Amino acid sequence: MKIAVCVKRVPDMDVRFRIGADNISVDQGGLKFDINDFDAWAVEAALQLKDKNAGSEVTVISLGPDVVQETIRKALSMGADRGIQIKADKVPFDGLAIAKALSAELKTGGYDLILFGKMSPDSSNGVVGPMAAELLGLPCVTAISSLEIANGKGTAKRELEGAQEIVEFPLPAVLTVDEGLNAARLPSLKGIMAAKKKPLQIKPALLAEPQITVRKLELPAERKAGRIVGEGAAAVPELVRLLQTEAKVL
Amino acid sequence: MSNVFAFVETRGTDVRKVGLEAVTAARMLADKLGGGEVHALLLGPPGIAAKASQIGQYGADVIIVVEHAGLANYSPEVATATVADRMKSGGYRAAIFSTSAQGRDLAPRVAARLGVSIVTDVLSFEIEGDSLVVRHPMNIGKVIATIAIAAKPAVIAMRPNVIAPAQNAKAGRVENAQPAIDPASARVKVIETRQGGGGKLDLAEAPVVIAGGRGLKAAENFKMVEDLAAAFGNAAVGATRAVTDDGWRPHSDQIGQTGRLVSPQLYIAVGISGAVQHLAGMRTSNTIVAVNRDKDAPIFKVADYGIVGDVFEVIPALTEAVREAKKHH
Ligand SMILES: Cc1cc2nc3c(=O)[nH]c(=O)nc-3n(C[C@H](O)[C@H](O)[C@H](O)COP(=O)(O)OP(=O)(O)OC[C@H]3O[C@@H](n4cnc5c(N)ncnc54)[C@H](O)[C@@H]3O)c2cc1C
Ligand SMILES: Nc1ncnc2c1ncn2[C@@H]1O[C@H](COP(=O)(O)O)[C@@H](O)[C@H]1O
Repeated sequence: MKIAVCVKRVPDMDVRFRIGADNISVDQGGLKFDINDFDAWAVEAALQLKDKNAGSEVTVISLGPDVVQETIRKALSMGADRGIQIKADKVPFDGLAIAKALSAELKTGGYDLILFGKMSPDSSNGVVGPMAAELLGLPCVTAISSLEIANGKGTAKRELEGAQEIVEFPLPAVLTVDEGLNAARLPSLKGIMAAKKKPLQIKPALLAEPQITVRKLELPAERKAGRIVGEGAAAVPELVRLLQTEAKVL
Repeated sequence: MSNVFAFVETRGTDVRKVGLEAVTAARMLADKLGGGEVHALLLGPPGIAAKASQIGQYGADVIIVVEHAGLANYSPEVATATVADRMKSGGYRAAIFSTSAQGRDLAPRVAARLGVSIVTDVLSFEIEGDSLVVRHPMNIGKVIATIAIAAKPAVIAMRPNVIAPAQNAKAGRVENAQPAIDPASARVKVIETRQGGGGKLDLAEAPVVIAGGRGLKAAENFKMVEDLAAAFGNAAVGATRAVTDDGWRPHSDQIGQTGRLVSPQLYIAVGISGAVQHLAGMRTSNTIVAVNRDKDAPIFKVADYGIVGDVFEVIPALTEAVREAKKHH
């Protein structure tokens, strides 16, 4: 099988973000970056299929400036075979622009399966995978939490609000990966050494004019400082009184 | 060109609450645009047409009903083709979808087919000059972006629960239409929709959410949380990743960065520490209550009301008190 995985380099979310002086970007100072978790699970899914299907090849693709090569190398050190950087100075917010640039590359690859993460935490938009699928004209299943592939056909599970869908699809196809599909392997020392020698191509991004533009970034309003109503079960009557009279939710 | 399209989400022959929210949002937007029409599309198996009058109640001028026996389950390809075709011929200024599992699947496909961008998880919108300007949380809600959409139609997916469905009856003229492609010809097929526990309120729709964390110690102790939910009567039960990872609750109950987003009227965190990834999914709730035995737990920083104490003591007492309070109402 030929499998492509699109991976994004994203900041660690466990920080207090600061807004940059331009008011439309996040201050990059002090941020730590790594592969998007959903994309790491997508890489893992590709590697598990490769382990089962002899002769398979896993290609990892990332759009962005040269620092995304680190993210590609991480996936190569997990076991992917080759990488492609779609070189752009900046990653735009506009998911359609990203999907167009990625699908221009993806359509030349003859892939049986193209994997995306369900969402990148920085954009928190979750659109690039299904948009690329449309542009490629391929069948697409989003947010899968289980996957089986046999005889050129796939079956996947999707989590809905209070329900699950079981979905069948033919290959080639585009899938986006939700949590719960697998646990991503950690790169081994041997994998890290091997990754250094794996091919990484660099190609220019064809970025369309964005149709959506970020005008302003702000930190959300801090929640009003709350209060400790009391300790133990003795505090319950006061809590109930506040829920009735102050919050008016009971 | 000031008409607005709304996609009414359904499951089986039921209209989902987010579908009514989409119609309400489309009505608000059409009014901001100077009184354009709202055209709402309702797609589903035989029986769905009966829901059309309800959609008119919420402000749709035209309800496009696409009823077909092959649509018992959601069909991404039929929905995409049918909605995209209608949007192409309708000449809409904007289209409103929901940020739900179905909306997240459908809206980006439709937008790509029309060659326009999309913003999901929209908190609010305004018309400014020639643009639709929306607020959208980035970095798991730690940053709020104001985004101008120049594309026409402007395609957005609303966050559930930020717009209350409001009655605003319009003519509600019904147009019957056919699916743009034969459901039997779709490549991707949903062969089954498994309902998790019949009739339970969904997390994104429930006015009250009670979430349990590792502080509950074992799967069976969620009974306590369910009893509290039952006392409220309008509550859904959620969980942290610590809990879903341990298999105490299904993954679909997980609230947070990699789980569900909720913003109910009342959120009660039971034995939850308040990790950033959890807060990402619930911090926009109206009122937050936390019960935790550690007075320094980070959850107390976002809680309006906190009780420091043992959940095994506090929750049964709270359940009893809520039952009493409901009785006297
Ligand atoms: C990339 C990534 C994504 C993640 N996504 C999510 C997500 O979507 N959702 C999510 O929830 N987490 C997510 N997490 C995990 C998150 O970081 C925390 O580990 C998790 O939320 C902790 O769950 P918890 O509060 O139940 O458990 P803990 O952190 O173990 O907290 C248990 C709390 O219970 C209290 N307690 C214990 N016993 C009692 C008692 N008897 N009475 C009262 N209080 C008691 C303790 O004081 C403690 O505060 C993610 C993590 C990562 C790295
Ligand atoms: N710059 C990028 N390079 C490669 N893949 C990307 C990029 N941006 C987004 N993706 C893919 O699209 C998915 C969804 O991203 P988003 O639409 O931003 O939430 C991610 O999980 C990645 O798989």
